[in-house]
Amino acid sequence: MVIETQGLTKRYGRVVAVEGLELRIEVGEVYGLLGPNGSGKTTTILMLLGLTEPSAGQVRVLGLDPVREPLSLKRQVGYLPDSVGFYGEMTAWENLSYIARLNGLPPALAKARMERVLERMGLAEVAHRPVGAFSRGMRQRLGLAEVLLKEPKVVILDEPTLGLDPEAAQEFLKMIQSLKSEGITVLLSSHLLHQVQAICDRVGLFHKGKLVLEGRVEELAQRVLGGAYRIRLEATPLNGLAERLQALPEVSRVQAEGQGLRLEATQDIRPQVAKAVLEAGAALQSLVLEQPSLDEVYARYFQEVRHAA
Amino acid sequence: MQRSSAPRRREGSPWTGLWAVFFKEMADHLSSTRMRILEVLILLSAVGAVYAGAQTLRQTISEDPFLLLRVFTAAQDPLPSFVAFLSFFLPLAAIALGFDAINGEYSRNTLSRILAQPIYRDALLWGKFLAGLATIALILLALFLLVVGLSLIFLGVPPSSEEVARALLFLLATLAYTGVWLGIALVTSVLFRSAATSALAAIAVWLFFALFWGIIAQLLAQAVAPFDPFNPESELRQTEALLAFSRLSPNTLYAEAIQALLNPGVRSLGPVLISQLEGALLGSPLPLGQSFLLAWPQLTGLIALTIGLFAVAYVLFQRREVRA
Ligand SMILES: Nc1ncnc2c1ncn2[C@@H]1O[C@H](COP(=O)(O)OP(=O)(O)O)[C@@H](O)[C@H]1O
Ligand SMILES: [Mg+2]
Repeated sequence: MVIETQGLTKRYGRVVAVEGLELRIEVGEVYGLLGPNGSGKTTTILMLLGLTEPSAGQVRVLGLDPVREPLSLKRQVGYLPDSVGFYGEMTAWENLSYIARLNGLPPALAKARMERVLERMGLAEVAHRPVGAFSRGMRQRLGLAEVLLKEPKVVILDEPTLGLDPEAAQEFLKMIQSLKSEGITVLLSSHLLHQVQAICDRVGLFHKGKLVLEGRVEELAQRVLGGAYRIRLEATPLNGLAERLQALPEVSRVQAEGQGLRLEATQDIRPQVAKAVLEAGAALQSLVLEQPSLDEVYARYFQEVRHAA
Repeated sequence: MQRSSAPRRREGSPWTGLWAVFFKEMADHLSSTRMRILEVLILLSAVGAVYAGAQTLRQTISEDPFLLLRVFTAAQDPLPSFVAFLSFFLPLAAIALGFDAINGEYSRNTLSRILAQPIYRDALLWGKFLAGLATIALILLALFLLVVGLSLIFLGVPPSSEEVARALLFLLATLAYTGVWLGIALVTSVLFRSAATSALAAIAVWLFFALFWGIIAQLLAQAVAPFDPFNPESELRQTEALLAFSRLSPNTLYAEAIQALLNPGVRSLGPVLISQLEGALLGSPLPLGQSFLLAWPQLTGLIALTIGLFAVAYVLFQRREVRA
């Protein structure tokens, strides 16, 4: 177990930021700490790093207590804060070299590592420019370069895609995913559930300081959305197709949507759907199995909770 | 941040990373625009003060065993003496170097990144404080050499070894005095999130001691020990009370310390202003060791004040959340 918490709680006066958190993260996992703004993700991360003291409960990261053994912990854990800032008048190289010195890396080793991580993050060309002129995306990559500088066993990223355009966000998420192949355990937080769900092995959904749902994305979808497979298809002509598809035993619902139809089914029945469309004499233009969206899982879960209450 | 009441032993040394912080901050200071401005100010004022001092001296004293020390304390209207200039300028320089030490890290969003490295907050605070102090020491040393060099040119008399020793002790006292202002700037930089507010607050403290403390000390002394025209002792008691109150100000402590160090004729310390330093020799000169002993309580007072202020900044900073 790389990260383990028991009854972890943080109170700010009367505000309970995190309550009774039980977290268990295994070696080499990519774990997503997801939830809306103000649900306690950042507070949890700060407690894992010993940057804020828990009000109650236990934390172990790599078997270390963040309050008692912060130095050995922070030597092995990389952290990218949600609003990452650098010394604007210093170059990327100088910023990294300061961090290398704070980590006590010998100069020769630091130089080799800095060259490597800057290259890897695609910043080698701009290494000697002042960071003040960097775009948000470049700063974020410089932040990840800095995290990799200490060759961490665990990487903790707070809202890593915040403020990035969709393309840059996807690219950045790919870089994060590539850490997994090196055996690095990744914990990332985000309020953009759909954006990060693809790279997470497991996710934990936060609501008002509590971890309400946890598991693999498909598992959660199964549990909350009732095991529905969503299939989208486009075909011409559409008339009469809905009734035909509704007749398939696995299909529970058919909905018209734009130029096509949206089915909910208990199984992945794309072959049967294709067959039915062709038999109806229509031309099939597209047929996709939609990934269940975590946003939907989240929304549906709270609908149900509210209904139950 | 709430602190757990359980006793906690922290692993490793609180100084881990101290030198990394120190050298980074030092490099920042030395290359900053602030420093350029300070350098220009220093150069102009040192030349002006020494020139004025030398002019006065050439007219009045020709055979003085403490010529260099006279250069430090002699003034010619409208220019102030060198020490008067220093006691005015150095607090501002210290504030300029320290007012954004901690809140600057918040506003640049660098604090959480730095504290996620394997160092304690102690190292960050100490590193910044020592870098500020070292920068001031560097300025002072440059200034000292400048003044000695210029005096040689203008007066043509090399300083004696006792003069150099006194001058160096004077530098030490000045450093302690500057440390107090650096401490004040550090405290305001932890207290206020906005750098402008922090600078303003530190300058307000400076103005308070420079302009108002004298008056307040007087009022307090009058309240504590009222003057009674029929009791000759009451006047003495009031003077003593005034002395005690005015010594709560770092400015008084500094003025008294350098008075003892730079003026070998001074045999006891009273509530004397720097302007009163600019005079002729009173009585026979004290040996260096005696002058140093005379200044000792004031020196330790300044150092204790610096340490106290640093401790306040430390406690405040330890309780701060890393999040802006
Ligand atoms: N320093 C603080 N003082 C008081 N309340 C705070 C402080 N920091 C965070 N909170 C509160 O704690 C809750 C959780 O915040 P946070 O962990 O930042 O959420 P998230 O990262 O999920 O957006 C919020 O309600 C926030 O207002
Ligand atoms: Mg957050």
